[in-house]
Amino acid sequence: MAESHIVGIDLGTTNSLVAFMQGETPVVIPGEDGSNLVPSVVALDSNNQAVIGNAARLHLIETPERAVYSIKRLMGRGVEDIQEELKLFPFRVSEDLQPGEVLRIRLGDKTFTPPEISALILRQLKRNAERYFGSAITKAVITVPAYFNDAQRQATKDAGRIAGLEVLRLVNEPTAASLAYGLDKKQNGVVAVYDLGGGTFDISILKLHDGIFEVIATNGDTHLGGDDIDNLLITIALDDIRGDLGLDLHRNAEAVQAIRKAVIDAKIVLSSHLSVKLDIELPQGRRYQREIAREQFEQLIQPIIDRTVGPCRQALKDAGLKPEQIEEVVLVGGSTRIPKVRALVKELFRRDPHVDLNPDEVVALGAAVQANILGGGSEATQNMLLLDVTPLSLGIEVAGGVTDKIILRNSTIPASATQFYTTQIDGQANVAIHVLQGEREMAKDCRSLARFDLKGIPPMAAGIPRVEVKFLIDANGILNVSAREQRSGKQAEIQVQPSYGLTDDQVEGMILDSFDNAEEDFRQRQLIEARNETATILAALEKAKTSPAWGVLTSDEKKRIAKMEKALTDVNKENDYQAIRKAIDALNQGTTRLAELMMDSAVSTVLKGKSMNETDMGEGPTAPHPMAKAEFE
Amino acid sequence: MTPPPFTVIAAKPLPQETHSCWSCGAMRAAHFCGSCGKVQPPAPVDYFTFFGLPPKLNLDVAALEKEFYELSRRLHPDLNAKGGSQEQEWSLEQSSLLNDAYRTLRDPIKRTEYLLHLEGVALEEQSKSATEQARATGQIKKQIVPPDLLEEVFELNMQLEELRMQKKMGEDDPALIEEIGKHKMALEEKHDSLLQELKTYWSAWDSAIDRSRKNEAPPQERAQLTSKMVDVLNRRNYIRNLVRDVSTVLDSSN
Repeated sequence: MAESHIVGIDLGTTNSLVAFMQGETPVVIPGEDGSNLVPSVVALDSNNQAVIGNAARLHLIETPERAVYSIKRLMGRGVEDIQEELKLFPFRVSEDLQPGEVLRIRLGDKTFTPPEISALILRQLKRNAERYFGSAITKAVITVPAYFNDAQRQATKDAGRIAGLEVLRLVNEPTAASLAYGLDKKQNGVVAVYDLGGGTFDISILKLHDGIFEVIATNGDTHLGGDDIDNLLITIALDDIRGDLGLDLHRNAEAVQAIRKAVIDAKIVLSSHLSVKLDIELPQGRRYQREIAREQFEQLIQPIIDRTVGPCRQALKDAGLKPEQIEEVVLVGGSTRIPKVRALVKELFRRDPHVDLNPDEVVALGAAVQANILGGGSEATQNMLLLDVTPLSLGIEVAGGVTDKIILRNSTIPASATQFYTTQIDGQANVAIHVLQGEREMAKDCRSLARFDLKGIPPMAAGIPRVEVKFLIDANGILNVSAREQRSGKQAEIQVQPSYGLTDDQVEGMILDSFDNAEEDFRQRQLIEARNETATILAALEKAKTSPAWGVLTSDEKKRIAKMEKALTDVNKENDYQAIRKAIDALNQGTTRLAELMMDSAVSTVLKGKSMNETDMGEGPTAPHPMAKAEFE
Repeated sequence: MTPPPFTVIAAKPLPQETHSCWSCGAMRAAHFCGSCGKVQPPAPVDYFTFFGLPPKLNLDVAALEKEFYELSRRLHPDLNAKGGSQEQEWSLEQSSLLNDAYRTLRDPIKRTEYLLHLEGVALEEQSKSATEQARATGQIKKQIVPPDLLEEVFELNMQLEELRMQKKMGEDDPALIEEIGKHKMALEEKHDSLLQELKTYWSAWDSAIDRSRKNEAPPQERAQLTSKMVDVLNRRNYIRNLVRDVSTVLDSSN
């Protein structure tokens, strides 16, 4: 049996893509509408069916309380961390959340966790790939911002699982981009990747040589991106409107979304024109019109893009390099199309950035390359290897509320550290370990990664047990912990309370939920399609009855056709799509001669070789349905 | 409820063991079978042994880097993704060991500290139990001032105190700042020259290893050299911390 393809997925804040390695080149797989980019927008239609991508953008404007965008900003975060986000984004967060609990947001009257929303986007990409290949897709490489912490990475992996994908590897976005670049250029040297996306900023410095992509240092800001520019413009527009027109639209969700779409379009125009005119339709038949010059725009966004300078300088410092020693700067992310951003990069690194690669697609292409490497490689990738680093120091909380760093930031991964613990009380059976990520001295200033309880330490006198705890950051940048009491050789049981995350059971539960819904979705879709076909064939039959060909049939033939017609009409009222299809097939068979006669006659409108219901069919499924059997193991 | 208290104790690696390949049975090289190439379970060896190097302090970093890349290609989980789950686990452990070993050995100071650690010697600054005790009792950890710096440190501390007082009063004394700046530069020079001193002990150590043929320096020489190296590193750390403190005070007065 042929092995299924492993795809590379860029799960972006604004847009998502899926790609694979076609021979020696990575290519993006388009959606049904032919576009390579799937907007990371999810909505629920009036039947509570999920709508993803371009179609969802319409829902966002018309029924914003049933739609969500930029969900990546909420992945792996708790309600305490997103207070700033809540001021600027229309996320409707559930009220009763406890600190440390996974977030829940409302779409219409349903609630979802961020991984579930991301899973819907991933599922759409999965379907696009399955439609393209005509077979099931079960494995993927998914990219994440390099600066994502453990909880954010775990959330992304969970989303993959919920969507029915085995996530073989999480790859850092700048590193993925460098793979696409390196494959393209086949040159050695020191490269900086400046990745300014919709919601996150990453800067990575890599050494490329002989197919090895070695990350030397990485830094970034997971709260910085094109969204911030949009929000600034939206705020200005709303203030303007309130000032000029006396209309306060801050709470008018539809108006805000209309304004948002307009400022985003304007922002894009300003990358290639020196000015743009905003012209927005407001409620009550009013209009907001304003001209924006590029110069003004650049002044406005300067403070935002200046925030990328600090991380760049820190990364250079950590790498022990001066800007002049960087040989090439690669730009990633839609926001790097802004001329002012390119100017800033040129100034920082004292050279013109490399702009050949499509900044929207390069990450997905790189993910496809990595997918290929994991799958055993091909001629193009046979010497390629990625050596990435962990972006944040890993520490444990020790006496005094201080962080003891055990794995330093920018350590090549996989990386491990071993700590030995003993007890202070006779017979003590548990040890609690608090693991943190971050650079600060005090535990309270670092990010709580997880709390581990080592249980089942055999009862001994205080100070006698010797518990070896191994902390391992794997190639995904995710922490794994194992523990063993050395004297007894007993594996200590580790219970993880992840911060802001889902437990394994919860994820399992969500997979099944999603699965059941998928079954239901599948049935629904089949039913709708079957009913459409019924309508078409019955209409065609009605038309046929008015044609001369009808007169040629014997009364027996007419009776038979009438019987099948009734059977179809009856079963069409039920919900069994398979029965409906059977009835359609029967009617088709029964009207073959009629169709032939109609073809022979001069007034025929039916094409040769087609049966009654093949006229005017419109788009039917052309590839095996993504919910087909192939999905099940 | 506060979690039960625990203490952290230092680790010492276990001696090397020899193995035969689980896949084809041949006597294997450390990480992957010389015969069939399969990844092997990691042996609990020290970092020098991992790279097939004697425990010597002078090291060809370029050669180390090359070996690191070679081993990465063989051991990295990405390139062993098609093996069974046991192989994948081993390659995960091996490559984390590889990365840790490389990171430690390629930096001169880390390499020295690691060797000392293998010898069972702890550096003052790194003495965790001292640090924890200091934190627990709220006392300042006692850092012994290197004898040859006593006078200088004393004078510098006086000047820093004076500067702090002046700042409180809102006064400004550029001459004093210049003096302190000069001291700082002198200290930085000393810091750098200590690395040179360290390297002389490296050579002494390495020749002791060479002479022994057993990759083990004779006990007396060993004790002497390690204590000299500890001393250099302690002094160097002390100066580095001092320079950092001085910089902080100087920066805040600008």
